[in-house]
Amino acid sequence: MSERSGNATNVSVAFDKARAEGRSVLVGYLPAGFPGVDGGIAAIRAMVEAGVDVVEVGFPYSDPVMDGPAIQRAAEAALAAGTRAKDVLRTVEAVADAGAQVLVMSYWNPVERYGVSAFARDLAAAGGAGLITPDLIPDEADEWLAASDRYGLDRVFLVAPSSTDERVRATAAACRGFVYASSVMGVTGARDKTSSAAPALVERVRRLAPDPALPVAVGLGVRDGAQAAEVASFADGVIVGSALVSCLLDAPDLDAGIAGLRTLTADLARGVRA
Amino acid sequence: MSGTTSDRLGHFGRFGGRFVPEALIAALDQLDAEYQKAMTDEVFQAEFGRLLRDYAGTPSMLYDATRLSAEAGARILLKREDLNHTGAHKVRNVLGQALLTRQMGKKRIIAETGAGQHGVASATAAALLDLECVVYMGEEDTRRQALNVARMELLGATVIPVTTGSRTLKDAINEALRDWVTNVDSTHYLLGTAAGPHPFPAMVRDFVRGIGVEAREQCLELTGALPDAVAACIGGGSNAIGIFHAFVPDSDVRLYGFEAGGDGVETGRHAASITAGGLGVLHGARTYLLQDEDGQTIESHSISAGLDYPAVGPEHAWLHETGRAVYEPVTDAEAMEAFHLLCRTEGIIPAIESSHGIAGALRIAPSLKAELGRTPTIVVNLSGRGDKDVETAGKWFKVL
Repeated sequence: MSERSGNATNVSVAFDKARAEGRSVLVGYLPAGFPGVDGGIAAIRAMVEAGVDVVEVGFPYSDPVMDGPAIQRAAEAALAAGTRAKDVLRTVEAVADAGAQVLVMSYWNPVERYGVSAFARDLAAAGGAGLITPDLIPDEADEWLAASDRYGLDRVFLVAPSSTDERVRATAAACRGFVYASSVMGVTGARDKTSSAAPALVERVRRLAPDPALPVAVGLGVRDGAQAAEVASFADGVIVGSALVSCLLDAPDLDAGIAGLRTLTADLARGVRA
Repeated sequence: MSGTTSDRLGHFGRFGGRFVPEALIAALDQLDAEYQKAMTDEVFQAEFGRLLRDYAGTPSMLYDATRLSAEAGARILLKREDLNHTGAHKVRNVLGQALLTRQMGKKRIIAETGAGQHGVASATAAALLDLECVVYMGEEDTRRQALNVARMELLGATVIPVTTGSRTLKDAINEALRDWVTNVDSTHYLLGTAAGPHPFPAMVRDFVRGIGVEAREQCLELTGALPDAVAACIGGGSNAIGIFHAFVPDSDVRLYGFEAGGDGVETGRHAASITAGGLGVLHGARTYLLQDEDGQTIESHSISAGLDYPAVGPEHAWLHETGRAVYEPVTDAEAMEAFHLLCRTEGIIPAIESSHGIAGALRIAPSLKAELGRTPTIVVNLSGRGDKDVETAGKWFKVL
């Protein structure tokens, strides 16, 4: 039985709502602690107000091998400013009531170091919906599978164009909330074109997942509303990260960054409704 | 247990495994399958054996270092991997992996390098087997090791300075992993040590384990008995696992790995991940690493670039946990003292990495002698030569 308490909800709420409205879910990523813990919280809240349905709060990590230059720079700045695990959880807590479901995206070592069960407990207590694990495959995830069951948390694993059918099936079976389809072979970062491999990958997940209703969200490379609309035409969710982070990285100050973030988010939100 | 992997994800006890993005799993599976096949494939083994013998110059000699032995109070036998082509044990690993790359039909290799030794070895193998070679190297290291950058470029490789993170070896590995996940169809990541996700730790070990196989036979032939101890320096741990592995079933042979103690473990400026690190996950494997309370990697420090890495190969973590091998830190100062002693007694300028192993052997000799009641025999892996370290050593000893 789940020991989940409080008002936290899982991301299925957002996917059900979007499905009822005949659109896709917009998932937006920003790292905790950038720029500063409070700045990061303000940016995430602005992103939710402007139309993000599900938030990914990034846990800044010293060795982010899946991330391209934009997210690396933001994570480095967050760490240099002293962002800690408690700040990540404080960020989750501070944005959980903003109107979106909140997931943490973390490389595995910070979670393991915190203690897998303790992290699940504290994430649930902070109002978090679950965890995305870019370098944890279900084969290595026994402890996390148990802890996420115990605290009723979503667990989002990734599939890739190179994944075999067998792995797509097993990964989808381990996921709760949605399946993260990394649409291109590569690291995070905005691209001029979305991937041609993405529709086929989404189709494979839908065909192979034991639960055919499990949503599939596509990430890596989306940077504007037009691309979001394109991805929304075949996926249940559109994940945007680097383009949002760049709004903050490229801005002269936080206010300008947040203004840019609102503009881009609104554009993306129109895209998933197109 | 001889240290062979225990399951399909390559766990050594609770260590090892695969903590990588799903996008790399297919490539790791392909690599694992090709590696498993190659281990028993006569054609591959014949080609690998030919290159090791005719090109790399192995078996390396086991040298009875009598003048050093007189100083040590132990019979020290040096496994002369420093005499291999490119000057270190690493040539064994790069030849094995470059051959596998060709077998997989890939045309491009990428590699990480700290001081440049593995980069030079990779560029060498790439030239020999007509592969494109890209080497990632921390920006700071490209400046400090300009000569090795030139070597790699002369051999036809492209060196890319890494400007992210701490701009050191670990960030060069991160950047190589990013390249690999993007170009995995055409590219093999020629990892330089027995670390990383499965099958790298087991595969790299199997390509370098000839060191121990040879040393074991040579020691039996020379002395009529197995050695009392085997000593090696350890950073990621490829030379150490290479010389340990054949001796693991010989329970009377003590195995010692000497980590880089830097300024001293108590100062926090070191690279002793087994002695002073904690359990965690880095670069694809569960192992011991230097990390803070939040699991962020802490930068390592050592006078020896080849040992300056904040984690260790998972098989060593397991040999430590099971007690089969003993790991101790050796400081910069101790290593340099041993470096000097070997220069003066034997006329051999060792790599500073290998000097940690020599220093360790000098440390354990008296207690081993007392325990055994006779002069012990210690095989030390002289894993590399010191040409590359002349500038560092020259400054240390104030002759430059």
